[in-house]
Amino acid sequence: MWRWFHKLGSPRSFYLISNRLLPWLGAAAGLLLVVGAVWGLLFAPPDYQQGNSVRIMYIHVPASILAQSGYLLMATAGAIYLIWRIKLADIAMQCVAPLGASLTFLALVTGSIWGKPTWGTWWQWDARLTSTLVLLFLYLGVVALRSALEYRESAGRATAILALVGVVNLPIIKYSVDWWNTLHQPSSFSLTEKPAMPAEMWLPLLVMVIGFYCFFFTVWILRIRSEIIQRESGTEWVRGVAGS
Amino acid sequence: MKFGPMKPHRRQRLMVVGLIVLCSSAAVMLAMMALEENVNLFYSPNEIVKGEAPVDTMIRAGGMVLEGSVVRSETDLTVDFVIGDLVAAEVPVRYTGILPDLFREGQGVVARGRLTPEGVFVADEVLAKHDENYMPPEVADVIARAHENETPAGESGGQ
Amino acid sequence: MRFESFADLLSMSGHGAFVWSAYGITLLVLVVNVVWPLLTIRQRLAGLRRADAPGVVEDP
Repeated sequence: MWRWFHKLGSPRSFYLISNRLLPWLGAAAGLLLVVGAVWGLLFAPPDYQQGNSVRIMYIHVPASILAQSGYLLMATAGAIYLIWRIKLADIAMQCVAPLGASLTFLALVTGSIWGKPTWGTWWQWDARLTSTLVLLFLYLGVVALRSALEYRESAGRATAILALVGVVNLPIIKYSVDWWNTLHQPSSFSLTEKPAMPAEMWLPLLVMVIGFYCFFFTVWILRIRSEIIQRESGTEWVRGVAGS
Repeated sequence: MKFGPMKPHRRQRLMVVGLIVLCSSAAVMLAMMALEENVNLFYSPNEIVKGEAPVDTMIRAGGMVLEGSVVRSETDLTVDFVIGDLVAAEVPVRYTGILPDLFREGQGVVARGRLTPEGVFVADEVLAKHDENYMPPEVADVIARAHENETPAGESGGQ
Repeated sequence: MRFESFADLLSMSGHGAFVWSAYGITLLVLVVNVVWPLLTIRQRLAGLRRADAPGVVEDP
């Protein structure tokens, strides 16, 4: 296990392993997202109160889930970098940030578009909405800090610390709807209870969530490869990749 | 490199990482606790009845629209209704304007406005709050019909 | 299929503008996310190939 971990930690073997993984992940992402979107848009039932606007759920919920999972992955990569100084962990952390920011943006925008017809407002300073906005700023902070610091080593450490400090926001986002009065409704899903919606609604949602996960990893790997090519451009093997 | 028992300098870094997460969490949690009141988006009917909400100040009130309490004016868009909660506290609300589509008796709302000294909440914005349950209209119909059959006629209110 | 006609699908009984704009923005964000790193990878590899062009490096 450790050896495998360590082998994956070298940029070169990551590049080679991801070569084989990438087509499958990409294909799965494309397939699941198309199936899920068509299912959600055309075949899933409308809601008895919200009507067809409930179809926004099939993108809003996966985007929100990935925005939060992405942050957890970024902070984990940051912690690994701080402790073991594995170069790839730094690369992985830097590469999540813009992707996570775009998904958080998506969660906020689709939520806003969904909020208008259901709640009657685009935006409220509600605890769930505000903490998600904070998540966007944390991602943007990581991106900004990375580009502001010149030395790769100190930039890596500083962004990792920022990412770790922001971890506290994740439970706040998750439990905001239970801890405080909010406009946002509590979660429809939990590990212990059955979903608060019928299978004809949660199945397409599940397809979309898995699709978003595959998409996330596809883009993450693509970004990591791009960064590896730049950082290792002096090495023989990257020149080999470029030449072939 | 060899992994086995963690090297001392790594264990030290691990503790630093743990401390960063712990300290920042503690700081934010303390701040949250101090801000408790302000983090809540709205006052519940119970808090308003107990006099915890300031009078004649812009605040938000949230609760369930009580069944059968909605009275629409015949001359303008003014609507009167009563919001309540599980503790059976009730606050009358008056609003003039267009209500959101999801506004229904038995549904949650969040209203923004001022509480008059007489205890009437005069709203200038009413938002619909929906719950976490989703279902197709057919299923909702079936449930509503089953519900009607269970309860004696006349007792089942609402649409 | 939940909709009778294409016009029905577009209007979604009044919610069409909301639903379709949300899906449109999502598509845009997802496509940009994929295309961006693909372009930078291609650019970087092309840059390396140029640097490796004949006469610059001792490659056989």
